[in-house]
Amino acid sequence: MNRMPLSRTARLLILLATVIVLGAVAVGATLAAAGRADRKDRTQSGGPEVTPGTVRLDGPHQGLFRNMAWGPHRDEITAVPEGRLTGPRTASGVHCLRFHAAAGTGICLQAVHGELRDSYRAVLLDSRLREVRHYDVAGTPTRARVSPSGRTVAWTVFVSGDSYAGTAFSTRTSVVDTGGRRLDANLETYALTVGGHRVRAADINVWGVTFADDTRFYATAATGGRTYLVRGDRGTRTLRALHPNVECPSLSPDGTRIAYKKRVAGADPDAPWRLYVLDLRTLRETATGEQRNIDDQAVWRDGHTLVYSLPGDYGSDLWTVPADGTGTPHRLLSAALAPAFTR
Amino acid sequence: MYLADGRPAPATSVSPGGRRTGRSRRVRAAVPSTVLVLGTVSLITDVSSEMVTAVLPLYLVAELGLSPQGFGVLDGVYNGVSALVRLVGGRLSDRGGGAGHKAVAAVGYGLSALCKPLLLLVHSLPLIGAVLAVDRTGKGLRTAPRDAMISLAAEPAARGRAFGVHRAMDTAGALCGPLVAFVLLRAAAEGYDAVFTVSFCVAVLGVVVLLLFVPGRALPAAEGTAGATSAGPTSAGPRAPTAPRTPVRALLRRPEMRRLTACAVLLGLTTVSDSFLYLTLQRRLDLPAGWFPLLPLGTAAAFLSLAVPMGAIADRVGRRRLFLAGHLVLLCAYGLLLAPFSGGTALVCAVLVLHGAFYAATDGVLAAATADAVPADARGSGLAVVQTGQTAARFVCSLAFGAAWTAWGDHTAVLAAAVGLALAAALSARLLRPAGPAAGPNSPSERTS
Repeated sequence: MNRMPLSRTARLLILLATVIVLGAVAVGATLAAAGRADRKDRTQSGGPEVTPGTVRLDGPHQGLFRNMAWGPHRDEITAVPEGRLTGPRTASGVHCLRFHAAAGTGICLQAVHGELRDSYRAVLLDSRLREVRHYDVAGTPTRARVSPSGRTVAWTVFVSGDSYAGTAFSTRTSVVDTGGRRLDANLETYALTVGGHRVRAADINVWGVTFADDTRFYATAATGGRTYLVRGDRGTRTLRALHPNVECPSLSPDGTRIAYKKRVAGADPDAPWRLYVLDLRTLRETATGEQRNIDDQAVWRDGHTLVYSLPGDYGSDLWTVPADGTGTPHRLLSAALAPAFTR
Repeated sequence: MYLADGRPAPATSVSPGGRRTGRSRRVRAAVPSTVLVLGTVSLITDVSSEMVTAVLPLYLVAELGLSPQGFGVLDGVYNGVSALVRLVGGRLSDRGGGAGHKAVAAVGYGLSALCKPLLLLVHSLPLIGAVLAVDRTGKGLRTAPRDAMISLAAEPAARGRAFGVHRAMDTAGALCGPLVAFVLLRAAAEGYDAVFTVSFCVAVLGVVVLLLFVPGRALPAAEGTAGATSAGPTSAGPRAPTAPRTPVRALLRRPEMRRLTACAVLLGLTTVSDSFLYLTLQRRLDLPAGWFPLLPLGTAAAFLSLAVPMGAIADRVGRRRLFLAGHLVLLCAYGLLLAPFSGGTALVCAVLVLHGAFYAATDGVLAAATADAVPADARGSGLAVVQTGQTAARFVCSLAFGAAWTAWGDHTAVLAAAVGLALAAALSARLLRPAGPAAGPNSPSERTS
């Protein structure tokens, strides 16, 4: 140590000064972030009115979604009547990161704040948003869907790489019936065929399930750097590729079309996806009137209207555009995410 | 904890007879202060980097609303660049009679530190990927010079334990990082900017500790003056401003270096990556999904607790021998993965303990073994060559394992890896044998005093 240019005291003083400066910066940044987090818990003037109340998933003609507006009911599942989507919201008290509902069944992907780490779970909800059962999941929630009958649910989470500065992310998609009798914890174990050939790669990822019924569904499968729309069958445990370059599919109520995000050539690599609709009979692709980058699994509000999220002042807003390629998009709801519409 | 462990191990701290002990007043504390300082720097830096790694997926998905699948496509490119940078870093650091080690390491640590505030500024996947690549370049740059400094600061007879202490401290930091991030996010919900800022502050602290407390010239500490470089292919004056630089080719002309590199590559070719191991574990044992994020913690905990004892054992029985034995431990882990029974929790724990023991018996031990085979004036280059060879081989193994999985399924892929590992281990045992009785504390290559 005697080869150091500075004396021991000088070095310790420099270290002390560094610790004080860095500590001040670190504490300052943390306090600033904590202050911001507190503000998010206080209601904003001009934001939507949110009041606690009874929410039912089987109530007719309502919009259900994760409320993103700042205030005490942030991140709760809220309900609004179809006729007054921008009106007062009724908050259920149930916190979800991702959510979907159909026929009185809900799937809620939520964070569980533990002692030493946060974990995530998929919670099956009955029509009064009471937990039926839950499943621990391996990573950050991204997609959730309920089948039209309300008897089957699916969810997708991101599982992150474990290595230093790891950039290897993969998805894990699970399907289960509401009775909890049959859990397919990982759809990658289904037999995937692309162009009639069985694919057994380690890099297969499956995400974004959308249900036709309780046995058949569509989803995105990726392998070898390409994505495919696949038709899945829970009975035969198979995934069959139908069409390339389809992500986050969403099946129309009549089962004839798929709304999806398509990676378009020549787009900014930061924002590569556009909202398209695929006709399942003709495999003809139609671009919607939405020209911006879309990174969401759209939902069908009815047989001809799509709803999807875009970044907004409070994290996310919901927008809508006709499914047939006509019209222009407009904002349906501000400060909302993960919608479902009851009939 | 590792320090407490470190104190009472007398056998390795007693230097072999006649050998000069540069640190005679610290006979009991066998681990030199430079190693402890470097361990502290690594601990601090790992807290910083693992804070970011732990929150990154959530940040990308929940905060930025990005879909990171396919993010790993560029991983191969980044790995290749990182390997090249490592070689260059090793070469550069050997300049100036060891003074370059500290400088290059400082640049490497500094580069990674600078990446943390950049994460606050970039909000798209390609740019975030680029920042992570620069971060990794910093890591590539600093690894070889840091290990060179450890090897030069430690008594040759106690190098294994010195590396063990360093790796234990390093892993302790890696385990603490996610906890720090968690506490911050608990104090400030969605405070990812706070996490990145604190991570930056922690990383800067690491660089400052390095600059202030690591001596600039580590050469004379353990191996006499720089004049000891007479063992090297070229020799230079003790304080020559233009240091002897040993080209990679000249290094590989040394038989011991060649054998060691060959073994590291051979065994690396059959070492399945952590992610694949965890994936196989999850699949074969049908683990509950919530367990998956905990698997790396199991390996790290075993690595942390076994690194120091394994290093001490390496000093006694020979580093190369333990390096080989460590791969047999990995072979046992493969065996458990292939076993037909489903032992549930016990089996998972057994695999993770074996996996951690494998790292404890090979990671620092390989660096110590390399130090035995390389003269002091080319230590950085030598370490870089061996580590790059191992990293590159493991990358090839990942590609091959992925292909085998595609062709034959995961069971056969693991079986192939196990057979390959057994063959590589047998071959390595033959390769390393002619080097003498597998290197006791006084390995035959240690001709520096």
